[in-house]
Amino acid sequence: MAFFLQNLVNALQWGSFYALIAIGYSMVYGVLFLFNFAHGDIFMVGAYIGFFVSTGLLALASTGVVALPEGVTLALVLVLTLIISMILNSFVGMLVERIGYRPLRNAPRASAAITGLMIGIILETGNLAILGPQRRLFPDLIPTQTITVAGVSITNKKMLIVGISILLTVALHQFVQRSKWGMAMRAMAYDYVVVPLMGIPVNTVALMTFGLGSALAAAGGILYGTAYPVLDPNMGILFGWKAFVAAILGGRGSILGAGVAGFLLGFIEIFVATIFPSTMRNLIAFSIIMIILTFRPHGFFGEPYSARLRL
Amino acid sequence: MALLEVRNMTHWFGGLRAVHNYNLTIEKGQIRGLIGPNGAGKTTIFNLITGVYHPTEGTILLEGEDITHLEPNEIASRGLGRTFQNMRLWRYLTVLEHVKMARYSKLTYGLVGAFFGTAKREAEEKANTELAMELLDLVGAAQFADQLVTSLPYGIQRRVELARALATEPKVLFLDEPTAGMNPEELIQMMEIIRKVHDQIGMAIFLIEHRMKFVMELCETIQTLNFGEVIAEGTPEEIRNNPVVIEAYLGKEVEV
Repeated sequence: MAFFLQNLVNALQWGSFYALIAIGYSMVYGVLFLFNFAHGDIFMVGAYIGFFVSTGLLALASTGVVALPEGVTLALVLVLTLIISMILNSFVGMLVERIGYRPLRNAPRASAAITGLMIGIILETGNLAILGPQRRLFPDLIPTQTITVAGVSITNKKMLIVGISILLTVALHQFVQRSKWGMAMRAMAYDYVVVPLMGIPVNTVALMTFGLGSALAAAGGILYGTAYPVLDPNMGILFGWKAFVAAILGGRGSILGAGVAGFLLGFIEIFVATIFPSTMRNLIAFSIIMIILTFRPHGFFGEPYSARLRL
Repeated sequence: MALLEVRNMTHWFGGLRAVHNYNLTIEKGQIRGLIGPNGAGKTTIFNLITGVYHPTEGTILLEGEDITHLEPNEIASRGLGRTFQNMRLWRYLTVLEHVKMARYSKLTYGLVGAFFGTAKREAEEKANTELAMELLDLVGAAQFADQLVTSLPYGIQRRVELARALATEPKVLFLDEPTAGMNPEELIQMMEIIRKVHDQIGMAIFLIEHRMKFVMELCETIQTLNFGEVIAEGTPEEIRNNPVVIEAYLGKEVEV
């Protein structure tokens, strides 16, 4: 039992990263009917922004401008890093929409997919060109404390990571369900053409969708950095693809679906790795997902493809 | 100054001239009709005025202000509301959400309000819901407020669409075949609803319709369109007896 619970805790943390990235995929697909294949790399950019912001803030704190106890300083740095990086990364996402995707709004979907892949490569190689090939070490913002309950050891880091992920997912879900922008996003998902005729600015809604998705990806990147502190320019590729799978599994366009599927993917991977040799982890995990998709091709919370009304 | 004025509007789709030298003047509170055979360019004219397409030539003025090159959402929030021939409702949104959604441009709360529910947002959303309910009541669809549109009978869906257009607070309401696909009973009901809406709100209405009974009873003046050009304009009585109109609709009489 303790063994199971221990893995559950690990899986929750691992799933958090997928969930935060998958939501961005799913939102963009839901609203604009395209998969933003650069999203994994936007996650990477978010992690790097988080690295620079947190390093900068720590340097600032060490000059002694603010005299606070160390624990408080670190907590403050974490919160500020999250907020600032999420805002900055949302601009990255909006830039990608404006430059990469808006000109292709009415182009065949394949063009947009290819553009996404290109943008991804540009972000990876751009990072490599500007920052060089050496890896970056993400500063430790949460000094680890371990609590052991009934043989299960939980670190404060894991609790925080899972907590922040769930909080952000729920906040976004609320936003989409209850605000005017959220309603506009949902309306756009069903009929693109009529939305502007009801006085809703389509471009603003599209930008906001990318912005929110990228903000969540930045949060994912920072949380990932606090748990696995080595950053490299290609870190977004595999993560991006896996999160994409989670988005499909959750049902394209469904935020809660993407969140749940992200966690589920985390569970499958972690539990497969505990039973089988870890070299077989991805092989078995993704075979399981293929089987699930065979029976539920539109995912857990998605609607069948044909349900969407497009021009 | 007319409420809405279209001057010398021409539109080409590639090599096809869909609309030629079209003129329109609508005064406050007027109801005008647009008729013509299929493919005459009626919906294209709606799309041009409401900004879905931008006309190749010509000027569109709303209260004297040039709106020809504005984006559709800007035109809509300035006061041109419309319904569609094939309705275009949003699946999986409730009736109430449809009407509230159309008031997007009237809501002013910011991002902070959207995430954290400030007092301003709560107040605006509450007022918005109340107004949406009033409009649904006006068109006789209030009892369906919480249902998904897809589960409703056709005639009710049409009313929801009308309420959604009304929610944009139009100065001119564009109705594209509001009775398409309706049975005679629904048609009479729709006519009464449009009259009621017009009496209470008093906006101008410009409508496309194939059912002559409907057009003749509601409209003060009617334009007849054929191959993108206005071939006749006048009161229902004049239109009914105009040989050019009869020819466009029924074909030319030939001696056999």
